[in-house]
Amino acid sequence: MTTALWMFIAFVGVTLAITWWSARRTSGTSAYFAAGRRITAWQNGLAVAGDYMSAASFLGIAGMIAFNGYDGFMYSVGWLVAYLTVLLIVAEPLRNAGKYTMADVLAYRLNPRPVRAMAAVSTLTVSTFYMIAQMVGAGALVKLLLPGVSYEVAVVGVGVLMIVYVVFGGMLATTWVQIVKAVLLMSGSTFLSVLVMRHFDFRAELFFDAIRHVPVVDASGALTTRDFLRPGLLFKPPYGALDQISLGLALIFGTAGLPHILVRFYTVPDARTARLSVVWAMAIIGVFYIMTTFLGFGAATILTPARISVENMSAPLLARELGGEVFFAFISAVAFATILAVVAGLTISASTSFAHDFYTNVLHHGRERRPGEEVRVARIAAFVVGAVSIVLAIGLQRINVAFLVGLAFAVAASANLPVMVLSLYWKRFNTAGACSGLAAGLVASIALIAVSPSIMGTEPTALINGTPLFPLKNPGIVSIPIGFLAAVLATLATHEPSAETRFAELTVRANTGLGAEKATPH
Amino acid sequence: MAEHRNDDRDPTPEVGAATDVARLGRGAPPPAHERTATEDVDVVDWEHVAAMPEFHALLAAKRRFIVPATAFFVVYYFALPVLVGYYPEVMDRRLPFGPNVAYVFALSQFFMAWVLAGLYLRAASRFDEQGRRILEALRRRRAA
Repeated sequence: MTTALWMFIAFVGVTLAITWWSARRTSGTSAYFAAGRRITAWQNGLAVAGDYMSAASFLGIAGMIAFNGYDGFMYSVGWLVAYLTVLLIVAEPLRNAGKYTMADVLAYRLNPRPVRAMAAVSTLTVSTFYMIAQMVGAGALVKLLLPGVSYEVAVVGVGVLMIVYVVFGGMLATTWVQIVKAVLLMSGSTFLSVLVMRHFDFRAELFFDAIRHVPVVDASGALTTRDFLRPGLLFKPPYGALDQISLGLALIFGTAGLPHILVRFYTVPDARTARLSVVWAMAIIGVFYIMTTFLGFGAATILTPARISVENMSAPLLARELGGEVFFAFISAVAFATILAVVAGLTISASTSFAHDFYTNVLHHGRERRPGEEVRVARIAAFVVGAVSIVLAIGLQRINVAFLVGLAFAVAASANLPVMVLSLYWKRFNTAGACSGLAAGLVASIALIAVSPSIMGTEPTALINGTPLFPLKNPGIVSIPIGFLAAVLATLATHEPSAETRFAELTVRANTGLGAEKATPH
Repeated sequence: MAEHRNDDRDPTPEVGAATDVARLGRGAPPPAHERTATEDVDVVDWEHVAAMPEFHALLAAKRRFIVPATAFFVVYYFALPVLVGYYPEVMDRRLPFGPNVAYVFALSQFFMAWVLAGLYLRAASRFDEQGRRILEALRRRRAA
């Protein structure tokens, strides 16, 4: 235990040092929100990968595979392929339009105030969902490592720590924290994967054979074995197949609507760097997600589900089993650093959106009343977002973190992606369409989650008692078309000639980089 | 402001302030990225660029790559949940060294994504070249 504690303290110390270092370098809005647009391709690739390899990926997917076998791997696949949407459709035009937030692209040719207000609401919602998942993971982790501490105290402690350094460090700090953490996480996972394969004498057929016969306790309490390579343990009939497709839609189209990923493309100097950084990120993320099968199946076969006390803790417990206390401490500290780093990124994108979109541009018509006000408002917003997430995380501690993140993706895919794509590629698109698309996608995805089996149920643990009104756990298959449809119909019902005339300009900017923001000089 | 130009060959016009550090005080002009289209419409003759044949060629070239590539990866990806969901028996068939079809197909998605990203990088370097030519043409026009 003390080893773990010291490693925790060391990681917190390092991240605080980075924050202090970058706080001295960060002055001005562009520096705080976009790291001065001077991040290089590989740095940004690592940072994007770091943002993405969150507690959900590392703790959640490993746990999902450890308990549900093959079906958990479906998350990994969707999360990587999603980057093709980012690479081919979103990253470059977004960078070329040269802004801080997703809403900047929308506001370009539409009426800025209503569009920014709606976009800020959806950004805050997605970030909060995502953040709750990270906090739940953090709480479980600290509770496991420090048995005297209750979950609630752990979540509050972690949350406060996160907020403290997000507020001071800005984008440069969160980028470097992500880079350091991505390197540590990759090394830790690689080593753990090697340990798993060594356990099976590096023979694939032995490993797969063990996966086919995972000992589990069945409903009657008897010990039996189950084939974990077989699809369908998690996505069960009658709706499993549809649920899986629905999840896939949310993952593939949600990533390109995640505010904390999108803001990363504003930290690089130009569209070409943005493109290269996506490819860097895909290389790192892909290797990492392939390794999740070693971690997850390793935990299932070597530890067996019966010996894993908390699903989200499968990977750290596997590290203890194979590598002893020191490696366990290292992996736990890496997981903890992961959470800190991801929440830092989330908090900064949420507070940027609030300060830049809502406070400055909606409330004050794009004018700062006092110098530095936008950054100050962002810092206050960071406190609020953090506090709200702490409260919600305490209420939702039993839910798998990968699943929670899946919901964030559903909202991002239903609300953000349709309006972004239509605004970049459809000349006729207008303000009414953007606002309806954002609102309908947001409301539809959240409403469907609220009446889905994840919230409603007949068992006493359900949050709402009653038969689920919507049979799928993942709303994407319905809510994404609703988002698109609302945007298209509202557009067709209204006329906004100015939005159409400005389309030529947006297209030229998006495709050539003419007029895009440059890196700030040293 | 000219000293902030990144390099001499870059004909991108300076839009507004050289940095986007928050403008101070009330009523100062907004930084470049916060301008709406109406505010900086005169910086570049957008309509002229949009009408250039080179620009149309660039858009067409991008479309020729991006549309089929997107269609391909969407179909390839959704084949996985559809097959696994509706044909679990077929997908559970064993392959040499122990994995089943479902696992290998899932793994192949990673390689598909990497290969497609690599192909896009190659295509995009052509787009960059086309974009550079457009900017050069604009520069010549301005010099004339």
